Amino acid sequence: MAIKSRRSADRFASPLWHDGALAAAALKEMRELAAKAREASGRVSSLMEVCGSHTMAIAAGGMRRLFPKELKMLSGPGCPVCVTSQGDIDMALELAARPGVIVATFGDMLKVRGSDGTDLQAMREKGASVNIVYSPADALELAQENPGRQVAFLGVGFETTAPVIAGAVRRARAEKTGNFSVLSLFKLVPPALELLLKDTGHKISGFMLPGHVSAVIGLEPYRFVPEKYSVPCVITGFEPLDILAGINMLLRQIISGRPSLESEYGRAVKPAGNPRAVEVMNEVFSVTDARWRSIGVIKNSGLGLSPAFSAFDAARRFGLKYRNAPEPKGCLCGAILLGKAAPADCALFGGACTPSDAVGPCMVSSEGACAAWFKYGG
Amino acid sequence: MCIAVPGKILSVEGNTAEVDFSGARRKVALDLLAEAKKGDFVLVHAGFAITLLEQSEAEKTLELFKEIYGHQEPAKR
Repeated sequence: MAIKSRRSADRFASPLWHDGALAAAALKEMRELAAKAREASGRVSSLMEVCGSHTMAIAAGGMRRLFPKELKMLSGPGCPVCVTSQGDIDMALELAARPGVIVATFGDMLKVRGSDGTDLQAMREKGASVNIVYSPADALELAQENPGRQVAFLGVGFETTAPVIAGAVRRARAEKTGNFSVLSLFKLVPPALELLLKDTGHKISGFMLPGHVSAVIGLEPYRFVPEKYSVPCVITGFEPLDILAGINMLLRQIISGRPSLESEYGRAVKPAGNPRAVEVMNEVFSVTDARWRSIGVIKNSGLGLSPAFSAFDAARRFGLKYRNAPEPKGCLCGAILLGKAAPADCALFGGACTPSDAVGPCMVSSEGACAAWFKYGG
Repeated sequence: MCIAVPGKILSVEGNTAEVDFSGARRKVALDLLAEAKKGDFVLVHAGFAITLLEQSEAEKTLELFKEIYGHQEPAKR
């Protein structure tokens, strides 16, 4: 069969990426490296996986319980829904309450609670127009099929997602789809890393960097991490062996005492990333201050519509006003996002807060650290 | 959220490609990757191809894994 032979030639789907014997050998090496890294640095290696997809892959692979005791994996601020501030969530919900507006969103946002306790799913059940889309191109189509209504897309994500939404906005302008807009809540990864690095009470021994953000932005934006802060970095893929190899590369950097920026994910990440995607992102959006859950405003850490595309800004079109809002009482999402607490440290975890009845976004999003721990165990 | 899926381009028409994801076919926008052509492997995020995947790089990484880990005794579970 043609499909079969084609698949066998496809190295991206090779069973070797999750080969048990290779993984066992990688884990054996990890034990030796982690012990040596402890000797070399005088402490347990605390490595942060910045990306929510890594958090999920580590949990789903049951890896945490196989890791040596000299190694601690911390989850970082890499789940876009989780890092969205409560006030921004409230704005998204306000949009869904506006008459004539269809909200288009990725599924992750559906069950994140607003300050008043409601969420998009509940609003939809009460008659609000909320459509889950797989691609912003689908949202654009929705706008074209409903010329008498407004379609507002919830722009939540990092540098992987922002160019894609930018592509849809450019299409909207070219196709004169005036009833399409974006609520831009995009965040940037490097400024978040810098915030973590500036926090002197927080000793991160190395960063496992997000593979798909890096496929877009390339290597250079992270250069300051090893050079200015002397913290090892490895851009890592998402298959089990990618993750084990990425950890071992970080441990080797710690042992050598020479922090650098390496990539384990050469098949997807080119050193310069995807310059066209960056160009489209920078054409449609400009860098702006952004509000992060429980962290507050980080300067130049987000994206808003650029002046040339401001007509597609949903906040502007609908006159949305940002209001500060407290985060849910007792929820540790903020500390968990910074790697300062584990989900199990939260009094609500697994009791008052579960995926089916989540208090905080870290339990709602499929990539949130709490959801990963709840589903697969810590 | 940053999940991206590898697929193979079956055909290209304008800035849209028909992509095979291990048997499932979908239309994918090439707005961010104009150079992609039939036969290329691409990484797709939210309906848009975001980068070309390199078979040779995948091969290199797998060879490296086999070289480093292939000859060791497996760890005791």
